[in-house]
Amino acid sequence: MVAEKARVLNMVQAIHEALDLALARDPRVLVFGEDVGRLGGVFRATEGLQAKYGEARVFDTPLAESGILGLAIGLAMGGMRPVAEIQFAGFLYPALDQILSHLGRWRHRSRGRVGLPVVVRAPYGGGVHTPEQHADSPEALLCHTPGVKVVIPASPERAKGLLLAAVEDPDPVFFLEAIKLYRGSRAEVPEGHYTLPLGRARVVREGRHATLIGYGGMVEVMLEAAEVAAREGVEVLVVDLETLVPLDEDTLLEAVRETGRAVVVYEAMRTGGFGAEVAARIAEGAIDHLQAPVVRVAGYDAPYPPFSAIEHHYRPSARRVLAALRRVLTH
Amino acid sequence: MKLKPVAYLSKGDFPLGEGEALALYRAMRRARFFDEKAVTLQRQGRLGVYPPFTGQEAAQVGLALALGEGDWVVPSYRESALLLARGLPIHTLLLYWRAHPAGWRFPEGVRAVNPYIPIATQIPQAVGLALAGRYRGEGWVVAVAIGDGGTSEGDFHEGLNFAAVFRAPVVFLVQNNGYAISVPKEKQMRVDYIARRAEGYGMPGVVVDGNDAAAVYLEARKAVERARKGEGPTLLEALTYRLAPHTTSDDPSRYRTREEEEAWRAQDPILRLRRALEARGLWDEGKEGELLAELEAEFTQELALADAAPEPRPEEIVEHVYAEMGPDQRRAWEALGRGLHLEEAW
Ligand SMILES: Cc1ncc(C[n+]2csc(CCOP(=O)(O)OP(=O)(O)O)c2C)c(N)n1
Repeated sequence: MVAEKARVLNMVQAIHEALDLALARDPRVLVFGEDVGRLGGVFRATEGLQAKYGEARVFDTPLAESGILGLAIGLAMGGMRPVAEIQFAGFLYPALDQILSHLGRWRHRSRGRVGLPVVVRAPYGGGVHTPEQHADSPEALLCHTPGVKVVIPASPERAKGLLLAAVEDPDPVFFLEAIKLYRGSRAEVPEGHYTLPLGRARVVREGRHATLIGYGGMVEVMLEAAEVAAREGVEVLVVDLETLVPLDEDTLLEAVRETGRAVVVYEAMRTGGFGAEVAARIAEGAIDHLQAPVVRVAGYDAPYPPFSAIEHHYRPSARRVLAALRRVLTH
Repeated sequence: MKLKPVAYLSKGDFPLGEGEALALYRAMRRARFFDEKAVTLQRQGRLGVYPPFTGQEAAQVGLALALGEGDWVVPSYRESALLLARGLPIHTLLLYWRAHPAGWRFPEGVRAVNPYIPIATQIPQAVGLALAGRYRGEGWVVAVAIGDGGTSEGDFHEGLNFAAVFRAPVVFLVQNNGYAISVPKEKQMRVDYIARRAEGYGMPGVVVDGNDAAAVYLEARKAVERARKGEGPTLLEALTYRLAPHTTSDDPSRYRTREEEEAWRAQDPILRLRRALEARGLWDEGKEGELLAELEAEFTQELALADAAPEPRPEEIVEHVYAEMGPDQRRAWEALGRGLHLEEAW
C-alpha cells in the first residue's frame, strides 16, 4: 500500500475516487449502469466521470439488470474491464440468471480460456428508511455462486483500495456497499492509487474474552458493542471479514481460537445467511477451542421491513450484539 | 407504418358525455390535490420517500375510469392517482407511503394490488391474474401501468408476449414521461413510439396524447372492451410528462431544463380539461372553489385517520411471512412482543 497524503472522505467519495483512478489508469475500464452517466448515479458515486472520460467509457444503460450483467460478461470476453453499477443490490434479482448461469461459470466452462474480470457494484443493506427491496442484503445468494468473489468494505479507505483491487482482479467481483456507510462513515483516505488484497479478513480491534465477526455495515455496530463491553471490563476481538468469498479462514479461526467464544453478526435474514457459513467453518476448524456455541445476531426470517417505524428492530444493533456476547460469555 | 397520437382536446373536440367529463375532472383534481399534500407531508417529515405523479393524472385517471367494478389494476410505484381513482382510501395510501404496515394491506373490495417497487416485475403477473379471471369465469380485465424505462426490462417483453399468446384480457398502459429517473427515452430505446412494439407481439398498439384525459379514457375504454370480448390485450402508450421530480429525494435540475418543464406545464392535463369544460359551461370558478373545499375537508379527515393508526408493533416484522408462523418467526415474535430481541430472549 502506497500511502501518500490522506484526507478525510466519506465512502461515496472514496469509491468515486477509486473509479476515477481506475478509468484513468486503464483504458479498458468502463463504468456503466442505470443513471450513472449524466446524473452521476443515484448516490453520486460516478458524479462527473462521464464529463471527464466521455460517453463511451461512462454510460447509461437501458433499465435492465439482466441486460447490464450480460453486457458486462460480453465486454469482459472481448477484453474490456467492465465496472457495472446495479442501483440497489435488491435489484440484482432480475440479473440472477446471468450471474448464476454465466458470470460465475465462464472460466470453468471454457477450461480457463475465458476469464471475466467484471466488477459489479451495488449498494445494499438497511438503516436508512428506504422503500421495499432497497435494504436487502443478498450477499449469501452471491456467495453461493461458484466462480465469483464477494467483497464488502466497511470504511472509506478500505473501500477505495479494495475497489481498485477488484477492478484489477482477473475474476468477477461483487462489490457491495452499505448504504448506511455512504455518507455515515468518514475516514482518512490516502491519495493516489493503492490496492488492498482481496481475500483477507482483518482484526479491527484486539480482545481476549470473545470474538465478534461481521462485515460491511455491521462492523461499526460490532465496534460500538465492543466499546460498551470494554467499559464493563470485557475485551472483545472484532473481525471484519471484508471478503466473504474467498473467505480468509486462517484469520477467522485464529481470532476465534484466541478467545474461545464467537458471535457472528449480519443483517440479512438469519436462516441460510452468510453467518451460518461462518459458524460452520468455526465448528469445523476450531471446535477444540470453543468454550461456548457460536451465536448469530442477524435479521429475522422475514423480508427486510420497509416499515420505517420498526425497521431498526430488524437490523442488528449494538444492544443485540451485547446480548449475544453475554450469552457466549456466560455459557 | 406511421403512428399518430390520438388527441381530442387540443383539436377542440369534446367527445365526452357531461357525466364522464366531470367525473374525469374531479378524479384528476382530487389526485393532484393528494399529490401536492403528499409532497408537503414528506417535506414535514410526515411521509417517507414519495414518488409524485403531477402531470400524469390524465393517463392514470383515464385508465382507472375506463374499468369496470370487477376489473383489477396492477400498479407500478408512481400510480397513486390510479389507485385513488380506483377507490383506494386516502388514509390507506398515506399509510402505505408512511411505510406503516397497515397501509400495506389494501381493503377487501378494492381491486388493486400493492405498488411494485422492482421495475416491470408486475407485467407477467398481471397476465397471470387476467388468465385467472378467465379460468374462474369471472371475466375481469386487468389494467397494468408502467413507465417508459420499465419497457426495457425483460419482464416487460416476456409479459407482453405471454399476453398475446394467451389472448389475455389485459390493458398495458405505458406512461411515457420521457425519463427513467435521469435517463431520457432516447437512451432507453430506439423507436419513436413504444406502442410500435405491440405489432411484434401480435396485439394492437395505440398512442395517445397522455395529457388529454378524453383521449386516454376513450382509448382505454376501447381496449377494455376488446379485452372483455375475448379479443386479447392492447398496448396503450400515453405521451406525458412528470412535472415533479422522480421522487422527493431527486433533483431533476441535474438532467432536464426549466424550459422543458415550462413547455410541458402549458400542457397540464387538468388545465386542459378544465378549459374544455368551461368552454361548454360545465365548470367555473365557483365550482372549482367548492370542489377544492370539499377535497380539503376530505383530506383533513383522511389524514386524521392515518394519524390515528396505532404505532406499528416490532413483532409485526415477522407476522404474515407464512400463513402460519414457523418456529423461527414464532420465537422472534414472542421476543419482540416482550420488547426484546431474539438474542436477549434466550
Ligand atoms: C428492477 C429495478 N431496477 C432499478 C430500480 C430503480 N428505479 C426505480 S424507478 C426507476 C426508473 C423508472 O423509470 P420509468 O419506468 O420510466 O418510470 P417513471 O419513474 O418515469 O414513472 C429506477 C431505475 C427499480 N426500482 N427496480
